[in-house]
Amino acid sequence: MELILQGFLKAIELLVSLDPEVLGITLLSLRVSGTATLISLFLGISTGTAVALTRFPGRKFVVSLINTGMGLPPVVVGLFVTIFLWRNGPFGFLEILYTPMAIILAQAVIATPIVTGITLAAMQNLPPNLRLQILALGATRMQMLWLLIREARLPLLAAVMAGFGGVISEVGASIMVGGNIKGYSRVLTTATVMETGRGNFDTAIALSIILLFLAYMINYLLTRIQQRERPR
Amino acid sequence: MTMSAPILQGKRLVVKRGGITVLDIPDFEIKKGGVLSLIGPNGSGKSTLLLTLSCLLKLSRGTLIFNGREINNRQSELDYRRKIAVVFQDPLLFDTTVLENVASGLKIRGVDKRERTRIAEEYLERMGIPHLAKRSACKLSGGEAQRTSIARAFAIRPAILFLDEPFSALDPPTHEGLISDLNRLLPETDTTAVMATHDQMDALRLSDRIAVLQQGKVAQTGSADMVMNHPINEFVASFVGMDTVLTGTVREILEGDRMILAVGKREIEAVGDLPKGEGVLCFVRPENVILSTDSPEEHSSARNTFSGRIVRIAPHGLFYRVDLNCGFDLISYITRTSLDSMGLREGQTVKAFFKATAIHVIKKSS
Repeated sequence: MELILQGFLKAIELLVSLDPEVLGITLLSLRVSGTATLISLFLGISTGTAVALTRFPGRKFVVSLINTGMGLPPVVVGLFVTIFLWRNGPFGFLEILYTPMAIILAQAVIATPIVTGITLAAMQNLPPNLRLQILALGATRMQMLWLLIREARLPLLAAVMAGFGGVISEVGASIMVGGNIKGYSRVLTTATVMETGRGNFDTAIALSIILLFLAYMINYLLTRIQQRERPR
Repeated sequence: MTMSAPILQGKRLVVKRGGITVLDIPDFEIKKGGVLSLIGPNGSGKSTLLLTLSCLLKLSRGTLIFNGREINNRQSELDYRRKIAVVFQDPLLFDTTVLENVASGLKIRGVDKRERTRIAEEYLERMGIPHLAKRSACKLSGGEAQRTSIARAFAIRPAILFLDEPFSALDPPTHEGLISDLNRLLPETDTTAVMATHDQMDALRLSDRIAVLQQGKVAQTGSADMVMNHPINEFVASFVGMDTVLTGTVREILEGDRMILAVGKREIEAVGDLPKGEGVLCFVRPENVILSTDSPEEHSSARNTFSGRIVRIAPHGLFYRVDLNCGFDLISYITRTSLDSMGLREGQTVKAFFKATAIHVIKKSS
């Protein structure tokens, strides 16, 4: 008990004093996961919308693929991204393995199917005649897509949250492709793993509190969004 | 009045779904002004035709010509869609305020904010819902939502307004209110309208022309009066509510376009000029059959007066439906008051009368 209590006190001290190392790790985490989420939004919303609005042979297979991708194990992603970025790998020439860029890439691969899957579901939940109504209002194809995405904005916000929540708390891929290099590619999760291993529970607890706080914020916003009334 | 040129023409309209032809109409015209109703039972293709005419459904074959110009590419399609409006059964509003919803068609057309707000406010006023302007569209009742949807359609001042079963999801008072509003707004705004409906009463009350659809084809087009009172075949007759259908032959030709028909062992006088011996179908609208309990001697010489036994009495909307057997089957609608004052009962014998002009006679197709 003593250990936990002391850990908590130290953690609060680190947080209140804005310890530069902890702060740096937090900001890098936010930057890396934020960028990865942005990339996944771009890819996921366009893919999800396209799959939702078109009919093509093999569509069911693609949908099941996307749904499987929503639960992609981060270590598997980490492994393959590592192989691809390895010095002799197909993208070795980029020389980005063990950089924040590599973490962004891996996290984008993890988040994209999540965003795609939620977008697909959100688009399919819109009234089927809404597309016709929008076209009948005189919309071009682009205007129609934009209005549909705007109508699905609440579930799409959920996609943002789910994608971001998934990658900020992910550790396997980040440690494999980022290398947990101090002051360079060390993020909240990889740092927590390391500090725990070293027995520095206070720092680990401080990092965990930040992670928990972020996770709470995400879930709070998600709940708020889901509780809103839907239009008829 | 001069013959008005068609505003929209459809040529050889064919729609196939999964290899089955669901619509096959060689020639279809919408004239400027007035309301055309597309009526028919479920699956007759009225909604398909409406969506086809509003360019929202891909044709398997055929062309649409709007104001003399063929709609044949993406640009002309968009131009056309920007001149029309469609109201669906569901209001399909956007998740924003009522005012924004009504202005949305104008926003899509790039009308600036001040102008579109002004127009939207005008049509909210005309639809009787200015107080809802700032309300969220998610928080409207069914009737308010459909009014908003109709205001949105009118706000773009369409050349043709398409209505696809616009009242089907509404309760009776709301339904009534909307019909009277449309009856006022359509002529006021000089809007040409096309409405698909399964309800012949809605069609009668709103439209001057009616097209009856049957299995993807137009069975009959004409003025509302023509279609309702002179159906071209048995299908149309039964759909427009001519419940009594009798088969017979022409027995005798009288002067003044009158003829005597043999129906069973009875004779009916009707208007028409078919040759003697011709097989015919006669339709009698139940509201045109008058019942009385007078003594058999009176009126007995009058034409088209038959005594018959009441087989069944059942409530039918605002009326009571009385099924008679007069040697042939005849149906009459009477009010509750008449039913009570005559004291009608099943099994009783009464007199039934209808005018020669109340019967519609067509040649029996072999």
